[in-house]
Amino acid sequence: MSAEVANAAAPARPSRFAWAAQQRVLIALVLLILFGALRYDHFLGAYNVLSVLRYNSMFALTSLGMCFVIMTAGIDLSVGTTAACASVVSALLSPYGLLPGLLGGVATGVAVGAVNGFMVTRMKILPFIATLSSMLMASGTGLLLAHNQSVSVSYESGFTWLGQGDLLGFPVPAWIAGAAYVYGSIALNYSSFGRYVLAVGGNEEAARLMGLPVDRVLFLAYVQSGICASLAGVILAAQFGAGQPAEGVGWELFSIAAVVVGGTLLTGGVGSVATTLAGVLLLGLIFNVLNFENGLGWISLSAYWQSVVRGVFLMVVVMAGSGAARRAGRAA
Amino acid sequence: MADAPTFVQKSASLDVLAFLRRYAALTSLLVLLAFNFAVTPHFASWQTLNVNLTQVATIVIVSVGMTLVIATAGIDLSVGSLMAIAGALAPLIFLSPFGVAHPMLGNVLAFIASVAAAGLLGAFNGWFITRFQVQPIVGTLVMFIAGRGIGQVLTNGNLQVFHNPTFQFIGLGRILGVPVQVIVMLIVVALAAWALRRTLFGRQILSVGGNERAARLSGVPVNRVKRWVYTISGLLAGVAGLIVISINSSSDANQVGLGMELDAIAAVAVGGTPFTGGQASVVGSLIGALLIQLLRYTLLANGVPDAAALVVKGAIIAGAVWSQNRGKRA
Repeated sequence: MSAEVANAAAPARPSRFAWAAQQRVLIALVLLILFGALRYDHFLGAYNVLSVLRYNSMFALTSLGMCFVIMTAGIDLSVGTTAACASVVSALLSPYGLLPGLLGGVATGVAVGAVNGFMVTRMKILPFIATLSSMLMASGTGLLLAHNQSVSVSYESGFTWLGQGDLLGFPVPAWIAGAAYVYGSIALNYSSFGRYVLAVGGNEEAARLMGLPVDRVLFLAYVQSGICASLAGVILAAQFGAGQPAEGVGWELFSIAAVVVGGTLLTGGVGSVATTLAGVLLLGLIFNVLNFENGLGWISLSAYWQSVVRGVFLMVVVMAGSGAARRAGRAA
Repeated sequence: MADAPTFVQKSASLDVLAFLRRYAALTSLLVLLAFNFAVTPHFASWQTLNVNLTQVATIVIVSVGMTLVIATAGIDLSVGSLMAIAGALAPLIFLSPFGVAHPMLGNVLAFIASVAAAGLLGAFNGWFITRFQVQPIVGTLVMFIAGRGIGQVLTNGNLQVFHNPTFQFIGLGRILGVPVQVIVMLIVVALAAWALRRTLFGRQILSVGGNERAARLSGVPVNRVKRWVYTISGLLAGVAGLIVISINSSSDANQVGLGMELDAIAAVAVGGTPFTGGQASVVGSLIGALLIQLLRYTLLANGVPDAAALVVKGAIIAGAVWSQNRGKRA
């Protein structure tokens, strides 16, 4: 029954369009990796691969939570400051051990997500405004807890393993992000929650009339996004050895960009977890490729070019997606 | 068709509670003013007024453009980045050999060229959104990301320090004791409020936001209207960027306008302009910005740390929008 609901709520055409967009982002990612591998000596070297994974796992996590929220036709602007606040909380708790640090951070994310969910479902505030306000609140709370400065983590308790450690040759943050994506993929494709998310995003009114627990689905989506963001915050604290209340600026918009590049529509009802990861990696690798290009010495592009290149890249993706939309007869 | 702001008076008996909710922002502003006069030391002074108005001027100027964009059911995330570009460009021009050799011409050119550049990039936003039928939030996200990068690339990320009283008049000058940027702010608000109510363009903005299909069918040049509102938003962001660098006597492309898009959006939301489009209140946005500013000032003046003020600011945004929603439903 729920499968039919999802089908009814998300008509076939947008999904076909999204499928095309998804293939494109995967192809683009493969091409970029091929380009890098052929052009630069150590691009596929263990050191580069692992450091790219270690660093981008934070954005992968915030983008995963964002992806689910966007599929419900919402948006979550609070992911960046939630991460910052969680990094402070986990840094403060890190002397008590790895687990208290981790759980404290995640609890922060649950709290912010619950506030978001409450504002969206009970107070009926538009997600953009609701999460804008919780973004400020999380930022303020983090700064208050940290007394406006970064909070050093404890190096004795083993907490830093979460950010700096390795497991079976891969960085721990990559494992965390990987596990989150496996969970996200299963939740979206094989659970009723995932189908409800798409149904709610496709047509909230219809989903409500069909008796789906719309408010609960929305609430859970925001809590989930909060948890993802707080995991990113815990990794941030562990990786850089400090809880950083002023970090996370612009993460929300970077995550939205990654989700859009991954072919998920901001109108909701359509989306994919795997291509969101591809979107994160694409945007992250652009920076990496620029670094390597500078290393070759032919050109000298300052790090500032990366924003320009990312912006242009997002533009090209959106234009290509729009062309596909028109071919599919969707555009007005 | 929706008027700017639509007042539905069902009967002569106006529910006081509903009225207070509808005008939550104005009511809170008055309450806050009364509180300050009673509690905050030295509140009733020209200096307090000037400090608050100079600090809020750039947010108001940007939020006027944002109000027009939101009235078409759009949003403009790029304003902060456009401020950075305008702020980076102007010193490059008046500090260049040409600008130093011809100070007057250099200043005029610096002002016009940098505001025009921001306006052109705003026009690009509008073109991109209408030509490719992109959602405004995604369309302007492109310029948000790329724009600051352009500003940083222009200046190589360096801080540009300058001392140029003529140019800085817009940020530091006073006319009859009133700071120039406050005058600019009032003119912009008045012009936009008038245009929205009394001109064809204003009516077209509201009709595009109210029902785009209907507007298109009744002959409103929907795409042209949209391109213009994003252009105006860009121009105003450019002006705001120049004010910021004039106040600072320096331009840092990494910092100018950082987070401005969210401040402006918050002011518009608190001011009662709905994000669904079709209605807009420029004066509301002014009140919204004043409320947020005065709240922060009140907390700081009474010894509350800035971080706590941030939490309260978040709560006030949610509270204001919530009470307006309820006021409308009532």
